[in-house]
Amino acid sequence: MKVLLSWLQDFAPDIDGAPEDLSEILSNLGLAVEELSHIGQGLEGIVVAEVLATRPHPDADRIHLVDVDAGDGEALQVCCGAFNMAVGDRVPLAVVGTTMPNGMDIARRKMRGQWSNGMLCSGAEIGMGDDHEGILILEQSLSLGVPLAEALGIRPDVLFDLEVNPNRPDAMSVMGVARDLAACLGVPFSVPAPKIEETGQPAAERASVSIAAPDLCGRFGVRVLDNVPSGPSPRWMANRLLAVGQRPISAVVDLSNYVMFELGQPNHTYDLDLVPGGELGVRMARPGEQMTTLDGVERTLTEADGVIVNRDDVAIGLAGVMGGASTEISAETSSVLLEAAWWDPMTIARTARRLGLRSEASARFERGADPDIIPMALDRFAELAAALSSTTSPGMIDASGNRPEPVTVRVRPQRVNSILGTELSADEMTGLLEPIGFACDSGGDGQGFDVTIPTWRLDSATEIDVVEEVGRLHGFSQIARTVPVTEQAGTLTPRQQDRRRIQALLTGMGITEAMPLPFLAPGDLARAGLGDDGITVTNPLVAEESIMRTSLRPGLLKAVAYNAARRTTGVSLFEIGRVNPGGGGDLPDEHEHLAVILAGQEATAATTLWRRLARNLAVANPGVVNATVDGLHPGRSGQVLADGQPVGALGEIDPQVLDDNEIGERVSWLEVDLGALLDADRGLAPYRAPSRYPSSDVDLAFAVPDEVSADEVAATIAQSGGELLASVALFDVFRSDQLGEGRRSLAYTLRFEASDRTLNDAEVASARQSCIDAVTTTHNATLRG
Amino acid sequence: MAEPEQLVVEAQRQAEAATTLEELSAVRTAVSGKRSPLVAARKELGALDPEARREAGQALNAAKAAIDEILSSCEAELSAAARAEKLSAERLDLTEVTDRPSDGHLHVITQTWQELEDVFVGMGYRVAEGPEIESEWYNFGALNFPLGHPARDMYDTLYVDYGESGSTLLRTHTSPVQARVMENQEPPIYVVAPGRCFRQDTADATHMPVFHQIEGLVVDRDTTLGDLAGTIEAFTAAYFGPGFTSRLRPSYFPFTEPSAEFDIQRPDGTWLELGGCGMVHPNVFKACGIDPEQWQGFAFGFGIDRLALIRFGIDDLRELWTNDVRFLEQF
Repeated sequence: MKVLLSWLQDFAPDIDGAPEDLSEILSNLGLAVEELSHIGQGLEGIVVAEVLATRPHPDADRIHLVDVDAGDGEALQVCCGAFNMAVGDRVPLAVVGTTMPNGMDIARRKMRGQWSNGMLCSGAEIGMGDDHEGILILEQSLSLGVPLAEALGIRPDVLFDLEVNPNRPDAMSVMGVARDLAACLGVPFSVPAPKIEETGQPAAERASVSIAAPDLCGRFGVRVLDNVPSGPSPRWMANRLLAVGQRPISAVVDLSNYVMFELGQPNHTYDLDLVPGGELGVRMARPGEQMTTLDGVERTLTEADGVIVNRDDVAIGLAGVMGGASTEISAETSSVLLEAAWWDPMTIARTARRLGLRSEASARFERGADPDIIPMALDRFAELAAALSSTTSPGMIDASGNRPEPVTVRVRPQRVNSILGTELSADEMTGLLEPIGFACDSGGDGQGFDVTIPTWRLDSATEIDVVEEVGRLHGFSQIARTVPVTEQAGTLTPRQQDRRRIQALLTGMGITEAMPLPFLAPGDLARAGLGDDGITVTNPLVAEESIMRTSLRPGLLKAVAYNAARRTTGVSLFEIGRVNPGGGGDLPDEHEHLAVILAGQEATAATTLWRRLARNLAVANPGVVNATVDGLHPGRSGQVLADGQPVGALGEIDPQVLDDNEIGERVSWLEVDLGALLDADRGLAPYRAPSRYPSSDVDLAFAVPDEVSADEVAATIAQSGGELLASVALFDVFRSDQLGEGRRSLAYTLRFEASDRTLNDAEVASARQSCIDAVTTTHNATLRG
Repeated sequence: MAEPEQLVVEAQRQAEAATTLEELSAVRTAVSGKRSPLVAARKELGALDPEARREAGQALNAAKAAIDEILSSCEAELSAAARAEKLSAERLDLTEVTDRPSDGHLHVITQTWQELEDVFVGMGYRVAEGPEIESEWYNFGALNFPLGHPARDMYDTLYVDYGESGSTLLRTHTSPVQARVMENQEPPIYVVAPGRCFRQDTADATHMPVFHQIEGLVVDRDTTLGDLAGTIEAFTAAYFGPGFTSRLRPSYFPFTEPSAEFDIQRPDGTWLELGGCGMVHPNVFKACGIDPEQWQGFAFGFGIDRLALIRFGIDDLRELWTNDVRFLEQF
C-alpha cells in the first residue's frame, strides 16, 4: 500500500515531520515502511520532448536511436532501450547534465558507437509509477521544452510504501493510514464530507438491486450518474495515481481507483445503457456458469463464487473480484450505475485464489471492507465526477444483506495490563483507543469498559484484539522489559544428548556431516537399490522435489557422486535425518535415521564404525549378521542388531547402484534407525574392580567354514570360556590352499583372569579346552596347530 | 703380589680406553672379574700374617672401591654418549607428514542450531520436537488459522498425498510444536523447538524449499509482552554478544496477539529483521486445552539458516545443501 504524505494531509493537515521520523512512527504502528521515496525531486533537468523519428541502431539490437525535439526545433539523437514510443509521442527527456533522482548523471556519450544526447525516461525513473519497462508517454497537450514538473504540475511529495498485515483492513486506504498516524501523533483527523448536488430523475426510478445471497453481500449501494466525462482525469489526480503505482486510464476508471485508494472502498461502474432497466441482482454462481471478465478472459464459475446479474439473470460481474466485459464503460458511455458493495471476505478470498485474480479490490474485500463507508464512497465519486461535468441522480439505492454489525467488547483494564506488562489506567487506555475510532463507554460498573469496535476494523472482535490496539498505540518500546524466571532446569532430553554424542563421535572419527535435500526425484530410490514407494508431494514446484525419502541412502550417494565429479574421492559423510519408510496412522510414520557413507572403503569399515558407535552408546549385545540387503553388495552386507533386534544395515553399496549413481569407488555404508537403536537396551555393565592378579593369554586358531561368521565363533568361545574368560578378540584371518576351499583360519586371543587369585596352569588349560571343544563341535571347525 | 695402587692405575687406563659399553664390559671383567689381578691378590692375602693381612686387605678394599668408581663413571659417560647418538640418529623432520588431516565437521546448520539450543537451555528452557510431516490441524487449525482463512495463504504450503486430500502437509513452520507441547504438558512451559520446515519455494540465494526455524514458547501464570521483549533482548545479548539490542514492531500472526516482528540492532546501528513473536492467542490456548484466563504466554520464532549464513559469512543459501566437502570442511 503506497501513500503520499500530501494525501494523508487531506485528512490530517498537521501530520508533519521529517519523512524518516514519520517512517519510523508508521513502522512502530505496525505499518512497516518498505520503501520511502521522494516524489517530484531531481526532475529539474527533465523536459517534455517529441519523438521525431526512430531508427535501428546499426550495431545493437536491444537499443535503438530516437530523434527528439526538446522545444528548439532541432533533432536530438538519443539511444533508447525501450521501443514503446511512436513518432509524434511526447516523452520525458533528461537532458545532458541532469542528475537523475537515483543519482545517475546524464552525460553526452556514445553507446555502441552512436551518440546519445540525453535519456528518455520511464515512469519509475522519475518517480511516476512502477513501470520500468517502457518510456512514459505524456499527453499531447504538453508544450515542448517545458520542465516536466511544471508541465505536469508535480509538487514535491513523500511516498511511503507500507506493508499492510492481513488484520489491518483500515490501512488499505489513505484515510485509514491518516487516522492511525494522526492518533499516534496526537493531531486532529477528520474526513471531509463530500458535497454533491443532485438533479434529474431519482436513482430509485432508474435502477434497483435485489440480493438473493445475503451472506455474500452485506450491503450494495448504487448511485446513478449522467454525463460522465469521457476524457482523461485531471492532472492532479493522475499524478497521485501514478505516484501510488496506478496508471491513469480514463476519468471514470481513475475516479474509481482514486476513491478506492482514498477511502478503501472498491467500486465499479456499469454502462447504464447496457444494464436493462438498471436492474442488478446478487446471487451465488451456478456450477459451470460462465462469464467474461473485464480482462477479456472467459471464467468458469462454481457455486462458491458470487456474481452480479442483470434482469435476465445473466452474470455481468464477478462479485468483489472483477467486473464483466458486457457492461464495460466506453468512450460513448453517458450514464453509469456506480456500485459500492460489501462482500463476505472468505468468499472473495476463495474466488480470487481459485481464479488467480488478485486485484486491488479483492485484496480489500478479503481483509474486510467497511460496510459503513459505502455511502461516502459513492458520494465522493459523485463529487469528484461533478467537477468533470457529471451530474448525479437524486438518492442512493442502499440494499442490505447480512451486514456485519459493530461489535461491543468488554475490556478489563487489569487484563490489558496483565497481558502487556503495563500499568495503564482505564483512562489512559480509552485515551489511546478513542482516536482510532474505538468508542469507549465506562459501562458504569467499575469493572471495566465497553469498547464498540468500528466497522473499519472487522478483524477486531474480542478483548485480546483491543489489548493489541492499546499496546500498539502505547508503543511496544514503552513497555518495561522483564525476563521471566523459571524453576525448571534447562536441559536437553536424553535423545538430544545422544544425538550430540553421536555427532561428536563421528566427527572425531573424521566423518563430516552432510545435509542432502530431503526431497527426491522419481527414480532416486530405485537408483539407490530401494523400492520406489516414498510418499509423494501433492504440489511440488519441480519433479526433483516430489518424493519424500524412505532412506538416507539416495541423498548421501548423490553427495558422494557430487564430490567425486569434482575430483574429491574417498569422502566420509554422515547424516542424521527423518525418513518416511511407509505405514502410519493419522500421520505417516516418521523415523529418525543415522547413515554413514565411507567412500573408498570396504564393508568392514562400516563394521568397525558400528562397533565404536554401539560401544559409545553402551548398546547391549550389539551384533552384525551377514545377510543380503536391498541395494547392498550381496556378499558384503549385513544386518545390524541391538540387543538381538535388527536396527539397521551395513555393508558395501551394490556395484550396480554405484554405476547407476556414477560412483567409481567402493563405498562402505551404515544406516540405522536411530530411534530403535537408542531405545534398545542400553547401559554399562555393572562395575568390576580390575583384577590385581596377573592374567594369562591363550591364542587359538581354528579352520572354520566360510558360512560361519567370525562373530559366531567368538560368541561360542565367550559362552564356553566360563567366568575366567575376561576377553576374546580376533587377531588374524587367512586363507590358503592348505586350508582348502570354503575354509579360512580365524585366530583369537583369549585372556583369562580371576579377581581373587593367580590362575594355575591346570585351570587355564581346562578353560582353553572347553573353548576348543565348543568351537570344533558347534561350527565344524578344526583347531590348527 | 701386585700393588693395589697399580691395579687402580691399570684399571683406569683400560676403562678410559674403552669406547663402547661392550668394551667397557670386557674391561670390567678384566679388572674386577673372577680372574682379575684384584681377585688374585685377595686370594693371596691368606698367606700373610694377621697384621700384614689386615693392612693389605684394607689397601685392596680401597683399590676395589676406586676401581668400581672408575668403572661406573666411565659407564655413565658411555651410556650418555650412546643415548645421544641414538637420539641423533632418530632425528625427524616433523613436517614430513603424509597423512591428511581427517577431522570431521558438523554442518553449519547443526552448529548454529546447537548454539541456539545452548543459549536457551542456559536460560532454563527445554528442547521440544515434532514431526516434519504434520497434520493440517497442528500446522494451521490449532494455531487459529480457520479453514479457508486468507492468512493460510501467507504460507506456500507443500502438501503430501496421505490421508484425505489437504489433511497432511510438510510443516511450514515450527509452531505446530507449540500446540503439541501445550497438549501434552501442564504449564508452566518453557521450551524451544528447533526444526526443519518446508515451503513451496524455488531455490535461489535467499530461498529454499527446506529451511530451519527455532520456536520458543513460554506459558506461565502472569507472562507478559514485557517478558517477551525482555526475553528477546536477553537472547540477543547472549547469542549475538554485547552491543546488540532488539526491538519489537507490531505485526500480525493468527496464533499470537498482540503480535510483533523483532529486529536486532547491530553495534554499527544497522538492523536485522530476525523473526516474529507475540502473546499466545486465547484461541490457541483453548484449542490446546489450556484456560487462557488462568495462563498467559508468549511465543517467538526465527530462521536458523539465515543466522548461519551471517555467522559464517556465506552469501548463498543453496551452498548449505550442495554437500561439497570443500564447503563443509571450512567450518
